[in-house]
Amino acid sequence: MFTNRTINILIPIISVILGLLSGAIIMLVFGYNPVAGYGALWEGAFGDSYFFGETIRMVTPYILSGLAVAFALRTGLLNIGVEGQVFVGWLASVWVGVAFDLPMAIHLPLAIIAAAAAGAFWGFIPGILKAKLGVHEVIVTIMMNYIALYTTNAIVRHVITDGEDQTENIADSASLASTWLAEMTFYSRMHYGILIALFMALVMWFILNKTSRGFELRSVGYNPFASNYAGMSVSKNIILAMMISGAFAGLAGAMEGLGTYGYLASKSGFTNIGFEGIAVALLGANTALGVVLAAFLFGILKIGALNMPTGAGVPTELVEIVIALIIFFVASSYMIRWFILRFKKEGK
Amino acid sequence: MNLFDILQSIIPQALFFAAPLIFTALGGVLSERSGVINIGLEGLMVMGAFVGIVFNLTFADVLGSWTPWVSILAAMVVSAVFALTHAVASITLRADQVVSGVAINFLALGIGVFLTKQWYDKGQTDMVSRPFYTNDVWLLSDIPIIGPMFFSRMYTTSYLAIILAFVVWFVLFKTSFGLRLRSVGEHPMAADTNGINVYGMRYVAVMMSGALGGLGGAVFALTIAMNFSQSTIVGQGFMALAAVIFGKWHPLGAMGAAIFFGFAQSLSVVGSGIPLLADVPQVFLLIAPYVLTILALAGFIGRAEAPKSLGEAYVKGSR
Repeated sequence: MFTNRTINILIPIISVILGLLSGAIIMLVFGYNPVAGYGALWEGAFGDSYFFGETIRMVTPYILSGLAVAFALRTGLLNIGVEGQVFVGWLASVWVGVAFDLPMAIHLPLAIIAAAAAGAFWGFIPGILKAKLGVHEVIVTIMMNYIALYTTNAIVRHVITDGEDQTENIADSASLASTWLAEMTFYSRMHYGILIALFMALVMWFILNKTSRGFELRSVGYNPFASNYAGMSVSKNIILAMMISGAFAGLAGAMEGLGTYGYLASKSGFTNIGFEGIAVALLGANTALGVVLAAFLFGILKIGALNMPTGAGVPTELVEIVIALIIFFVASSYMIRWFILRFKKEGK
Repeated sequence: MNLFDILQSIIPQALFFAAPLIFTALGGVLSERSGVINIGLEGLMVMGAFVGIVFNLTFADVLGSWTPWVSILAAMVVSAVFALTHAVASITLRADQVVSGVAINFLALGIGVFLTKQWYDKGQTDMVSRPFYTNDVWLLSDIPIIGPMFFSRMYTTSYLAIILAFVVWFVLFKTSFGLRLRSVGEHPMAADTNGINVYGMRYVAVMMSGALGGLGGAVFALTIAMNFSQSTIVGQGFMALAAVIFGKWHPLGAMGAAIFFGFAQSLSVVGSGIPLLADVPQVFLLIAPYVLTILALAGFIGRAEAPKSLGEAYVKGSR
């Protein structure tokens, strides 16, 4: 009745339910009405077409940052550096967007490719350090996040602009924004990027499952020694995996740079798109379809939460706690698995 | 400005920035030496900062000048309990330790800001009325040259951090408790065979890292930030983690690395007044600690060997 496969599908679903239940309990403890709270959240995500557009807008980078983390995890690497790769991707896309004046057919693809390339480069550094020197990618990527944050701020201030805190808006020919989508959703910031994000999910599935390169990448993740024995180059595959992962992350940055904002402002802290990507990937069980579904869930929670203070008086941060708990439950899947198996035994 | 003036302005600043990092990094050393990765140091600092500030604001009238000291104690206790979540997930439930740490970071920030809004009706707390103040050390501050550098306008917490580093070093390397803690991180099965309670040791280590992380966060909040908001602790925990690795998982090494990071931070603050450094763009000083950590890891400064079973859950009876 419970095969491994069904358990793998059940774990994220149970985790989400447990996370939402915990959120409801917290609301009860602090004297709020959980039904009103979650009602306000639902209203805030789907209440009218503006909210719906904003939700899709939020989902777009989450899909890509989730894919970035998931791709790396499938190849045995933990890429905590998605945050930094998002930054450099954002920077590269905006830079191309403001610096050139080209026809749209060239300009937009160029800006998108620049973002992917910048992200890939930011992933290449931890990749090569891991492959050649055996340095753990987690620490290097954490450090690379901060380097990306401060470097992009400095480039925005001193290279792209002359001491300003924000770049100019990108040229229309590099923009993903669409008046059609915006008008349809009461002028939300929804843009064409969602199509790119969904397409990239397809790309990830295709690379990993349908190409021999994808087989090699996964194989190295499972067992580098066996892969080496079978004649695969372990270091080459590690570097490639980090670069592809970084490219997905860079695209997530392009979604913000070319779609949502159209500029890059210097930032005092992280965007959290990358860190949320870890949660998205974990919840999505590192599969392309799972990531898309999880990104939708987190997008709905995040945008819906903005309506919770006005709708039910509940602070927005409740959702942060719920998301953290969901990650906990997914990470502790051993516990859920144990319960399911025990339940199965007793059912017999 | 001569060299002494420069050193006199930089050294107290460096130790001032380093103190929270030292505390937190010592926590990281204890946890990682026992074999549990602690990416959650950031979250533990957030929790410590939150508790430290809230406690300080609530009890300032009752406790008077003792307020900051009791506040950091409260922060230590609460953060140690909070660290239990990481311990349960990563030791008992065998969760991926990195993922559990990431969850800790989200959770601490979520709880902190949620309760701040709940209790203060706004995104940040008021400024505390009883933070730590600098003072001159009696007699020692009158020594020429060394006095102004090391003993005047200093926070007591900076001295405490340095003393604690030596205490942790002594405990880890000179006591049987420390030997057990390290053996659990190197080879848990061998330790188990010798009758050491692997799970118990790891729980103790993670909770101590919670206490020290909370201490670091509270000291940061009560010396540097003065209030709590979403952006009070942004990356100091990861800096401390970097100090752990840069210091090769050694308490004194971690202290040295933390002081170095504090030094780099103080350079980016007071650097504009120093002739040679004034021309260096600030961004290079900002990224220096991170770049150096990567270089250190890459082996240019010396290879860092992690404890052998770092990151692996111990399953009794497995080989």
